[in-house]
This record gives sequence, C-alpha cells and structure tokens, in this order.
Amino acid sequence: MSIEPLVKATEVSKRFHVQGKVLRAVERVSFELHPGKTLGVVGESGSGKSTLGRVVLKLLEADGGSVTFEGTDLSKVPRKTLRQMRRHMQMVFQDPMASLNPRMTVFDAIEDGLKIHGIGKSAAERRMRVEEVLERVGLPRSAGVAYPHELSGGQLQRVGIARALALRPKFVVLDEPVSALDVSIQAQVIQLLRELRDEMQLAYMFISHNLAVVEYLSDEVLVLYLGEVVEQAPVEELFAKPSHPYTQALMRSVLKVPTSPDEVQDLTPISGEIPSPFAPPPGCPFHPRCPVAQEVCRQKKPEIREISPGHRVSCHLA
Amino acid sequence: MAVVLEQSPAVRPRPQSRWLQAWRRYSRNYFAVAGLIWVILFLLTGIIGPWIAPYGYADTDFLNVYQGPSWQHIMGTDNLGHDMFSQILWSTRFAIEIAFGATLVSFVIGVILGLWAGLAGGITDMLIMRLVDFMYAFPSYFLNLILVVKFGRGLLPILFAIGITGWAGYARLIRSLVLSLRNSDMVEAARALGASPVHIARKYVFPNVMTNMVVALAFGIPYDLTAQAALSVVGLGPAPPMPSFGNLVANANANILGYPWLLYFPAGIFALTLLSFQFVADGLQEALNPKGGN
Repeated sequence: MSIEPLVKATEVSKRFHVQGKVLRAVERVSFELHPGKTLGVVGESGSGKSTLGRVVLKLLEADGGSVTFEGTDLSKVPRKTLRQMRRHMQMVFQDPMASLNPRMTVFDAIEDGLKIHGIGKSAAERRMRVEEVLERVGLPRSAGVAYPHELSGGQLQRVGIARALALRPKFVVLDEPVSALDVSIQAQVIQLLRELRDEMQLAYMFISHNLAVVEYLSDEVLVLYLGEVVEQAPVEELFAKPSHPYTQALMRSVLKVPTSPDEVQDLTPISGEIPSPFAPPPGCPFHPRCPVAQEVCRQKKPEIREISPGHRVSCHLA
Repeated sequence: MAVVLEQSPAVRPRPQSRWLQAWRRYSRNYFAVAGLIWVILFLLTGIIGPWIAPYGYADTDFLNVYQGPSWQHIMGTDNLGHDMFSQILWSTRFAIEIAFGATLVSFVIGVILGLWAGLAGGITDMLIMRLVDFMYAFPSYFLNLILVVKFGRGLLPILFAIGITGWAGYARLIRSLVLSLRNSDMVEAARALGASPVHIARKYVFPNVMTNMVVALAFGIPYDLTAQAALSVVGLGPAPPMPSFGNLVANANANILGYPWLLYFPAGIFALTLLSFQFVADGLQEALNPKGGN
C-alpha cells in the first residue's frame, strides 16, 4: 500500500462534438502523481496531450473517468470550491504572450492571483511576495512595471511561471512551456523549472513533444497517440527499452547528443501523418504508420498491459 | 545552483499610464487635435447655446427676411425672418441630443444582441446574426423614413428611429469580441488562476474591449448626425419650427440662387462638424488600438 497520490487520474476520457462528429481527444488515460515528481506527456500535435492537461485541471469537463486531487474527486466539487482549489493546482501555458492580459503589468498579473485567493493581508505584503517570486524566477523587480509586449519570450515565460508559483501550488500543469522559446532560452527555463520543483516539492505534469526535455525532467512518461496511451513507463525504463513501435519511432526521429565525434545517428522521420481523430483507423490506431504491423493489428485493438512492473504498453507485439 | 539568466535587458521603468501614452499618440495627429477642439466647441455650444441665443428658435421678424449678415443678425435671417445664428445654436442642441441619444440606443441594442449571440451560440447566434445581415442589407435610411412617418417628427421618435436601425454594426463587433476572447488563452489562464466569471469580465475582458467600444461609438456619432440631417432634407426631420441642420440646409437649398448665404453658415458648420467627428474617431482609433490599423 503506497501513500496517497497527490493527483490521480482514472480512465479519464474527453470527447468533443464537432459538427455532429465525435472527436475522441483523450481515451481512458490513468496515472498517479506524487509530490516532487514529474509526469511527462509526449505525443505529436493532435495527440490530445494539451486536452489531457486541461481535463486534469478541470478547465475542461471530463466525459468519463475521474480525477482526484488530494483524494477529492474534482467532478464532485462545486464550482466555487474548485476555484478555491485552483490555488493548489496551477498551469503554465505554451504561449505566455497570449495567456497574459496585455492591459496588465507583470506585477498586476502576478498579484491578481494573490488577490483572487486572498493571499497577503496588505498591499505591501503582496508586493513583497510578488517581488520575491519575480526574483526567484530570475527577473529583476523592475520587470513588474513592464507590460507583456515589452518583454522577450523567455522573460514572459518566467512571468507565466511566476504567476503560477506565486500561489505556492502543489501541482502544476506545464503545457509545452518551452516550445515557443528559442533553443538557447529553453535550457534555462527547464533548469529553472527543475530547481523550483525540487525546492518546493512540486508535482509537475509536463506536456511536450520534445523527448530530450521530457527525459531530463520526468520521473514517469506517458506516450499518447490519438488520445490513447500507447506506452507508460518510468523514464529510465522507457528510454532504455521503448517497447511500442510508436515510441521507438519517436525516439528515432530526434537527434541525440553524440557520444563521440564520429558517431553516425540514424534519423528516421515517422512515415505518414497522424490520422484524423474523427476517423481513427480500426484495430490498433497506429497500424497504418507502424513498420512492423501485422494482420492482427489491422483487426483487433490491443489492450494496454503491463510488460514489467510499472511499464505498460498497448501493442500486440510488445 | 544559480540559474544562468538570459541577459535580462534593462526593463524601462514606465511611469506613464496607458492613457497618457494614448494621449501622446493622439496629440501627434494634428487633424485629430483640431477635430477635437471643434467637437468640444460644438458640444459646449449644444449645452449653453439656448442661453446665449439672441432670439428664440421660433421667433420671426417679418420685417427683416432674407437679410445678409449684420450686427443685428450676425448670420443673417431666412425667408420667415428667423435669426440664423439662433437657429444654428438651437440646431446644435437638437443635433447633439438626437445623435448621442440614437447612438446610445443603437449601442445598447447592439451590446445586448451581440453578447447574447456570442455567449449563447448555436441557433440563437445564427438567428441574431441573420437579423444583423438583414439590417445591413436593408437600407437603413428607408427604415428611418418609415419609422418617422409612423411615429412622428418629434425629438424622441427621430432619436429612436435612427437608433433602432443602427445597431447591427455594434452587435457584430461585440459578438466577434466575445467569441475571440471567450476561447482565448488569456481567459483560460485567468480561469486556471481561479478567477470567477465576474472577475474575468471585469479585469480581463472589459479592459480589452473598452477601446474598441470607444472607437465604435466615436464613428457612430457622425453617422447618426448624417442620418438625422438626411431625414430633414426630405422634410422628415424635426417638425418646424424646431430647427435642425438638415432643415436649414433644405430651406437654403430652395433659395440658393437669390440668397446663397442661407446655405453657407449651416452647411459649412455642419460639414466641419462631421469632418471633426471623423478626425476624432480616426485619432482615437490610432491612439487606442495602435496595432489594429485602420
């Protein structure tokens, strides 16, 4: 019997109804997340990873399954209580510019969260806390008077992080927090996120399509394809023994840091496009693009099963 | 341990408020400033005009008709001996009442229907927007005429006739703002922060749509001024003896060959006023939405 997880998702599903058609954005995803740990979520665009993040925070209503936060089922919480709970579960968005109010200074943007949750008795106390968190994320105090359009992408993402962390949350969903940043800035922000996690014992749900970043930050990884988990494993296990053809293909499609100057890397893009989520292929959703697909894959949908402790794969051949 | 920072470029302290910045941009546009001065004069005239008018608007001086400008009648008199200067002062009052009132009526209808369409979506949205299309396609002038004929030529009927026909643009604007903001990252981020709908509306939505509304209103007022003058030209403006710019111009037009000065003052002042409102609206557009363009 392990300790109670901070966040627990059980068979979470989300469907969108678009012009009479049903889009299965997230299908029966389960995970557990403990304080100080990071769950990486990877997949191509359209795989449902951002939707999963929003469902977990109940920014979107789940259609099936449940999400519990500190043992409380979010689907049973009244709206007002949920708003109060948001203090403990925050989100950092992919596009910091779009997620900040262009009419609010950085200071006001960060302070607003404190005001909403009634943190800090006086304006002076709030000011101290805002400045403290600004400095913690590596921005000068003077950045407080700036408007979003006056800051660079990297600075803005620090503001996004500061806004989430000013509330001292326990759980943060990071939705592609570095994808919009220059590569040189990405490493700094990732490093910052890691430090903050270790310092504050934060639980992260880290959504990304960048495997290297996920490997660096995560404890456990979910690989999503067309809204379904195709592989779920502890990070070392996943990178050492990727067992689903899709995971393997993903890993082949990115360059790694070479171990020797004359190492030749095999870089193979995944063939084909992700199929329309409105009409997922029959059988295994990955079979049209799978290099090792067999007849059974076209006929029968694989069930997810555990191939070693904590390592779950949804493939007939694994 | 320390995070290597990207070299944070010095963030300029910004003591200026956004309004001050907007005013800076506005004041660089000389036409807009000139227009603003004229508009302020026009509004002041509308407020105090009736008190400084040397004659009442219905006063006639049958011994002095068709006079040119003189000390007694500084802008001359018309065919019934009305003092032109007084007529213009009173016209200004009525023009402002009708134009601002009508714009307000349009705006309120537009905001309600626009919000309703944008928030409700689905079939409600579809129906409201088809109504908007209809209002756009239907000549509003024609509708004005019908309404004025039906309800009379008083101040309020004219005000409502113009107001009721002019809301389509506002409804469309509000709806598009609602739609773009409702699904925006900004609003979602505010929700994620734990903000209530009221808080989001007040601190995130309103400040971002207010400038659009100010600009839309600034463009709406000269439009309604024109609409009421156009009614007068075909004899459906305010009923005489109530003066209006449209009436004055229409009257002058009938006597244009013999007494051209009857046209100069009302037409000139009215044209300048329209132009000034337009300049002000353009200036506001530029100053408040610098990225929006025109």
